[in-house]
Amino acid sequence: MYNLIGAGLIVIGGGIGLGQIGGKAMESIARQPEAAGKIQTAMIIIGALLEGLAFGALILGK
Amino acid sequence: MLLFRKEIMIAKQSIKFLVVLFTLTTTLTAFANGGDHENQHTKGNQVDSPDEIREYISHHLKDSHDFHFYSDNATGRHFSFPLPVIVWTSEGLRTFMSSEFHHDDAGHVIVEKDGVKLTKIHSKIHELEAGAHQVKFDEYHHAVNAHRVLDFSITKSVFGMLLAGLLMLLGFGALARSYKKGHVPTGIGRFLEPLVIYVRDEIAKPNIGEKKYRKFMGFLLTVFFFIWILNLLGLTPLGFNVTGQIAVTACLAIFTMLIYMFSGSKDFWAHTLWMPGVPYLLRIPLAIIELVGFVLIKPFSLLVRLFANMTAGHFVVMSLIALMITMKEAFGPVTSTGMSLVLALFISVIEILVAFLQAFIFTMLSSLFIGMAVEEHDHH
Amino acid sequence: MDQLLNDFSPGLFFMQAIILLILIVLMRKFAWKPILNSLQDREDGIKNALESAENAKLEMQNLRADNDRLLKEARAERETMLKEARELKDKMIEDAKTEAQEQADKMIAQAQASIESEKKAAMAELKNHVAGISLEIAEKVVRTELSNKDKQLQLVETMLDEKSLN
Repeated sequence: MYNLIGAGLIVIGGGIGLGQIGGKAMESIARQPEAAGKIQTAMIIIGALLEGLAFGALILGK
Repeated sequence: MLLFRKEIMIAKQSIKFLVVLFTLTTTLTAFANGGDHENQHTKGNQVDSPDEIREYISHHLKDSHDFHFYSDNATGRHFSFPLPVIVWTSEGLRTFMSSEFHHDDAGHVIVEKDGVKLTKIHSKIHELEAGAHQVKFDEYHHAVNAHRVLDFSITKSVFGMLLAGLLMLLGFGALARSYKKGHVPTGIGRFLEPLVIYVRDEIAKPNIGEKKYRKFMGFLLTVFFFIWILNLLGLTPLGFNVTGQIAVTACLAIFTMLIYMFSGSKDFWAHTLWMPGVPYLLRIPLAIIELVGFVLIKPFSLLVRLFANMTAGHFVVMSLIALMITMKEAFGPVTSTGMSLVLALFISVIEILVAFLQAFIFTMLSSLFIGMAVEEHDHH
Repeated sequence: MDQLLNDFSPGLFFMQAIILLILIVLMRKFAWKPILNSLQDREDGIKNALESAENAKLEMQNLRADNDRLLKEARAERETMLKEARELKDKMIEDAKTEAQEQADKMIAQAQASIESEKKAAMAELKNHVAGISLEIAEKVVRTELSNKDKQLQLVETMLDEKSLN
């Protein structure tokens, strides 16, 4: 039961984080469209790191 | 088992057209036709209750010792071909074909090889203790009188890896040979060359640096295409789930770890173990944190990310396909089938993207970590 | 986590390690090395070709600049030559004109002078002639008048009257 609550919290946290990353990346692309490639790569890397964290917590807690 | 198998086949067939590496599927189909093997031992049973579906999916996500295509409910035939089992038991090495288990996965069939009794429980080969004739289970369904053996079998995953390796050798070997004829590649090389350039220019060079990237290209390119091809193989109806095996991703991550640990520059070790510009008291805990980060956390996040993404992808696709069975009573066969087809197709298209993205991210982060290790700091 | 550890197969790990190692070695030898070398060669070749093209372009530009300069000089020279010729022509025409004018003026003056002198001579001759004719007339008149006594007297008288009147 507690596992499920923990997993839910992880997913909520990861979702908020990914939303922030994505939103800010969109904003910066809109502000500087010529840097879109670099922003995208950085976004994917940070997204991946966050995802790794969330998955790690999910799996360790399972 | 059958209905579900068949429906997966049908749904995944449609996905197949979207898979870019069409050569891959053609070679495999030819192989599969030649290798059909009939076995009439076990009766097929239909997968239709949620428990059975869960069981079926978790079975798919695991490695298996034979190559199963589908089973025919009416005749009870299994269309599959066996793969060799190579196990290191308490008595030494034993090899035989997996067909000797007769598709049993619950520890009922016991194979005796030169005094060693072996059986297969949940896709894992167990050795019975001396004197035992039957597997006994405790209340959690754990075998009491059998233990797992070191399993070097050519399982489905190993088979998939060999296949991917063979495809890579053929494809990129052809690309390498085509350069002997002229500067511009021909045939499949035309498709592969931009990918190689992409890995070099977008992944390796920016992260490792213009001067040092060359040494790591062999590893990065191999890992990128290895993961990508295996991810795509997982989307074909053949049912591979190689990159969803934790042992496989762990091995890949440990390779990355060893590479960046052994190619670390003097600056890297100086900054990791004795961080300059920090009070002496803080340096020791900092060194421990850095070391744990590099040895444990970074490889762990690499291996877990790939494993979890691929497992989740397979799980979601199979669950959506299973919708047509679980939702049949609520919505009727036509609606449930249509719904599951549309949703599964949608997720499968996303999975094609994820297949590339995960290969990209694994390679990207590997090169990022290598770049951190080989970087030489300016001394100020 | 327990389930994950349970699913972890050391055998598969070992097989994967061996396959990956062999694959890396084989791919390095048979694929990546030749591919990367050829790519590098090709890129170097393209770079060299581009550089030499750039050089050729520069040379071309220099050449064209030279040509342009020469052309400009030649044009300027022609211009000056034409200008000089035009000036010369104008001067010559001007000279000829003034000379002709002078000549004409001179001729006109001469003609006028000769006309004047001719006129004078003609006038003098005419005067003489008129005087002679007048004398003759007067002689004839006097002769006739003097042959008649009355008339002579009358004449003398009129003449005297005229004189006295004057």
